[in-house]
Amino acid sequence: MAASSAVTANYVLKPPPFELDALEPHMSKQTLEFHWGKHHRAYVDNLKKQVLGTELEGKPLEHIIHSTYNNGDLLPAFNNAAQAWNHEFFWESMKPGGGGKPSGELLALLERDFTSYEKFYEEFNAAAATQFGAGWAWLAYANDKLKVVKTPNAVNPLVLGSFPLLTIDVWEHAYYLDFQQNRRPDYIKTFMTNLVSWEAVSARLETAKAASSSSS
Amino acid sequence: MAIRCVASRKTLAGLKETSSRLLGFRGIQTFTLPDLPYDYGALEPAISGEIMQIHHQKHHQAYVTNYNNALEQLDQAVNKGDASTVVKLQSAIKFNGGGHVNHSIFWKNLAPVHEGGGEPPKGSLGSAIDTHFGSLEGLVIKMSAEGAAVQGSGWVWLGLDKELKKLVVDTTANQDPLVTKGGSLVPLVGIDVWEHAYYLQYKNVRPEYLKNVWKVINWKYASEVYEKECN
Repeated sequence: MAASSAVTANYVLKPPPFELDALEPHMSKQTLEFHWGKHHRAYVDNLKKQVLGTELEGKPLEHIIHSTYNNGDLLPAFNNAAQAWNHEFFWESMKPGGGGKPSGELLALLERDFTSYEKFYEEFNAAAATQFGAGWAWLAYANDKLKVVKTPNAVNPLVLGSFPLLTIDVWEHAYYLDFQQNRRPDYIKTFMTNLVSWEAVSARLETAKAASSSSS
Repeated sequence: MAIRCVASRKTLAGLKETSSRLLGFRGIQTFTLPDLPYDYGALEPAISGEIMQIHHQKHHQAYVTNYNNALEQLDQAVNKGDASTVVKLQSAIKFNGGGHVNHSIFWKNLAPVHEGGGEPPKGSLGSAIDTHFGSLEGLVIKMSAEGAAVQGSGWVWLGLDKELKKLVVDTTANQDPLVTKGGSLVPLVGIDVWEHAYYLQYKNVRPEYLKNVWKVINWKYASEVYEKECN
């Protein structure tokens, strides 16, 4: 029987894989202090409180996400669980000195499935720019194909049956301090040009391919 | 008689401030950003002037611009009988039209303190609030809690159900107007809980914004709407 401290340790606020000021000037330390230090932290803390004493307590995060997604009829813990997952995935999608074009197999697959990197960029940019209200834009992998997906609020490709490879947070809190006057398009451009960690995306693609070939 | 009607509608369309393209015999009405009835800084310290300016000039203006574009495209698609495009445009119309409708109400829901902002409602609305929620404080607590609980973007509303003749508190997602929750619902007070409504000042602490916004709520306007609907 897990002690309650061991149980709550399942849901951890992991620090981003970089210092909070390491993405300057593209994403400010102030933004990260709020976005990671307040928003992400709150999702983790509130999730712990929400599952305590319920059948979800101690279950892996992805299990909680799937069961509380409940085929779109969201149960109360979904938002905190999915947002905790999404944000950890988001930090790991970025790196100092990131951005630009990927290479190798990832580039080859992007060119195969979108005809060119530029076309992929256009589609990803459009998804991020046109996700109305709060949400996320993703590069995802399913059925041996790459695709761009946009999701509202806390929804992510896990619950839609695909492997997330890359994400950009387009909730207003993600860009409102750094790209004032509602300049979401500039934020997206900065993310793609200066922040994307293609290494992380490539590593996730390898995992996704291995997982899907082992299950077929 | 018919020709005179068309001619006067064309004239009226031409007089509108914004461009209104005439296709066939119908002119579509397009929209302009309404002015605020107070200065951007007049709601301080509850809502900063910086937020008011960006909220009005960037966010609301964008809804108006995009709504007009969607309406023009809709008009063309309707005239061509292009049903797929008509259907495809519905989400842009809902987002942007809803954004325009909701924000137009919101600016009237707010008033500087020296113009009555924050003054409790009297008259029939005041009594109705006491009847339905026990007290104004009770209503404020309920609306603030529901507003804080909205996941993502949306609004919290005090509405009047015209048919059932009762006050209701409800929330809507994104820019859905209150009427999407019930055809007989009339918005009396709406509070924007999109992050853009408070982030520059309150950051992630939406409850603090909700605590302070009541200091500038224009209950006089809400009472006018209520009394009009009740008669």
